[in-house]
Amino acid sequence: MSNWKLICKLEDIPQLGSRVVHWPERGKVAVFRSSDDEVFAMHDKCPHKGGPLSQGIVHGKRVTCPLHGWNIGLDDGKAVAPDVGGCKTFEVKVENGEVFMAA
Amino acid sequence: MSKPRLVLIGNGMAGVRTVEELLKIKPDHYDITIFGAEPHPNYNRILLSPVLAGEMTISEIVLNELEWYKEKGIKLHTGKQIKTIDRAKRKVIAEDGTEEEYDRLLIATGSTPFMLPIPGNDLPGVIGYRDIKDTDEMIEAAKLHKHAVVIGGGLLGLEAANGLKLRGMDVTVVHLGPWLLERQLDEVAAKMLQKSLEDKGLKFLLQKQTEMLVQGESGRVAAVRFKDGMTIPADLVVMAAGIRPNYALAESSGIYCNRGIVVNDTMQTYDPKVYAVGECVTHRGIAYGLVAPLFEQAKVAANHLAGYGIGRYTGSVTSTKLKVTGIDLFSAGDYMGGEGTEEIVLNDPYGGVYKKLVIKDNKLVGGVMYGDTADGPWYFQLLKDGRDIHDIRDQLIFGQSLVGDVGHAGNSKAASMPDSAEVCGCNGITKGVIVQAIKAKGLFTLDEVKKHTKAASSCGSCAGLVEQILASTIGGAYTPAASDKKPVCGCTEQSHKAVREAILNQHLITKEAVFKALEWKTPNGCDKCRPAVNYYLISTWPHEAKDDPQSRFINERSHANIQKDGTYSVVPRMWGGLTTPNELRAIADAAEKYNVPTVKSPAASVSTCSVSRRKTCPASGLTSTRPAWSQAMPTASRFAP
Repeated sequence: MSNWKLICKLEDIPQLGSRVVHWPERGKVAVFRSSDDEVFAMHDKCPHKGGPLSQGIVHGKRVTCPLHGWNIGLDDGKAVAPDVGGCKTFEVKVENGEVFMAA
Repeated sequence: MSKPRLVLIGNGMAGVRTVEELLKIKPDHYDITIFGAEPHPNYNRILLSPVLAGEMTISEIVLNELEWYKEKGIKLHTGKQIKTIDRAKRKVIAEDGTEEEYDRLLIATGSTPFMLPIPGNDLPGVIGYRDIKDTDEMIEAAKLHKHAVVIGGGLLGLEAANGLKLRGMDVTVVHLGPWLLERQLDEVAAKMLQKSLEDKGLKFLLQKQTEMLVQGESGRVAAVRFKDGMTIPADLVVMAAGIRPNYALAESSGIYCNRGIVVNDTMQTYDPKVYAVGECVTHRGIAYGLVAPLFEQAKVAANHLAGYGIGRYTGSVTSTKLKVTGIDLFSAGDYMGGEGTEEIVLNDPYGGVYKKLVIKDNKLVGGVMYGDTADGPWYFQLLKDGRDIHDIRDQLIFGQSLVGDVGHAGNSKAASMPDSAEVCGCNGITKGVIVQAIKAKGLFTLDEVKKHTKAASSCGSCAGLVEQILASTIGGAYTPAASDKKPVCGCTEQSHKAVREAILNQHLITKEAVFKALEWKTPNGCDKCRPAVNYYLISTWPHEAKDDPQSRFINERSHANIQKDGTYSVVPRMWGGLTTPNELRAIADAAEKYNVPTVKSPAASVSTCSVSRRKTCPASGLTSTRPAWSQAMPTASRFAP
């Protein structure tokens, strides 16, 4: 994973919010920022019915899908029990206030 | 540094519930050890009656499998009875010599059936009704023997009698009181109950005092003899004449007891390191034998064990339901009435319906229902809330649907709904799915049902209905919280009301300040509480608090409604359904610009173009086909010259 792609500035993503990256081979990827400025990325598609996770409410290290309220862990992409399912996550890092995603 | 050690004596519902509550609010705080005298994991004792009746199996009523204990790192000793509590050395010693030291001790030893002090009460074939072993013994006896006598016409006795009857025995219920269930029912309701149980084939002997149990030739019990000389055959005698709290162990270790282990409002005994919950305790002079109060106690005890020190147990109002299939019975509070109270009674002996509500100072204080119990949970909620029923008094007896108090409180026909009926429209959840989840997963609270089924977790308008389904499925095990005390969500213990008051009184203007002041358990709330807090902030301090878009649901954030497939619908505002040609064109232009394939006009706004003069409206032919159009005509004619 040496190939990092610059996505945006950290400040472009609101705290407890997200932005969507359109990545041709991956489809839509939601990039989230937590309250302590950690950044996470995963498919913008809830494992339940495909809801846009990027539009959900972010809290702690979780996002709540706007459609049916499933909670998805931002770090592992897994649905929080008792729901079962998962989302593909992508590696991201923040350096000098800029967000990079592993290509 | 090693963790403090918590030892629980009693692997039953109250004790394990306390541990569950504790793990929920402060996991990993203690090294936990549990001792259980029975050789089983924690199971739902209330459901032993359905097991006896052959409606459920033992494996279905297990609440926590052995894996659960392992997963939570709990050391479990089953089949080991504690013999001594050494409070000086802070350790417990089991009969087989197993020792465990503790920093905090939780006693939940429950109760034992009261065995009448009469000759023959220790004969083979004479049992109490308390645990899996007793249930198994009854099931075995039903295979081999014919005559069963149940002593005691209380809830447990009747459930046992019903189960034994269903298993093919000839059952007689012997009761000392003048009518059945005298602690739950008044005479009228009890007589109706007796009648329908007699129709099921049970026999009753009321106001009979048992003198002795007679031994047969096989050594087993053979007959029951009464004080008046009458004798009836009995191959199985079930004593269900009440329970006695198990406090001998605590008492022998010097903990103060008075017909139960005496605890204060924090469930602490006279030894500050020792807590007690469940049927073995006496709180403010009352020992509870129903599950709902035990769960309230568990919550309080867990909070204090976790070191938070919030919450007091101040006693419970209880309600009961008889778990005999086909018989609907509900009673709560002060059902007998008396001086200073008024009664509203509905009595239809032919239709098999009886309702009695007891009212004091314009508040519901108790009630009995037989035949139609659908409104039971609603009455119980009114009772717990202490709501002034002055304004609905004339219709109160006819139930919630007639009073018209529906909406968020739900419609109380939960019990009569078919399993296929949809309950939660947001998530497409049927009643059957909810009932299934409640039974299969052993759910007890609305929150648990929400988590497992998603019902009532979106818009929440069906929460009342879900609660009623919960109440009708698990009966007496259901504990409704008083409406104004329900916590906002799992992040806090505070109710909506408390949060609003804190925002106002403490002049809080950011969500961070709210979370800090009210000791939120999560760093930035969740999708339930954050929108609420945000709204309370900007509505209480409109010029000071700043709206936080990240605390708003997507529909509000973007002024559009998210659809199933992730697209959005937009509803342009038309005040009173009126618009101008220019505005209408603007809508069309915007729709075209964003490739909106369809523009839908909801029924109410079909009359949109009625502002044109009738004579010049080319579509006047619609008049005859569209009622909405013709209704709008008076408006149009007003504009005509």
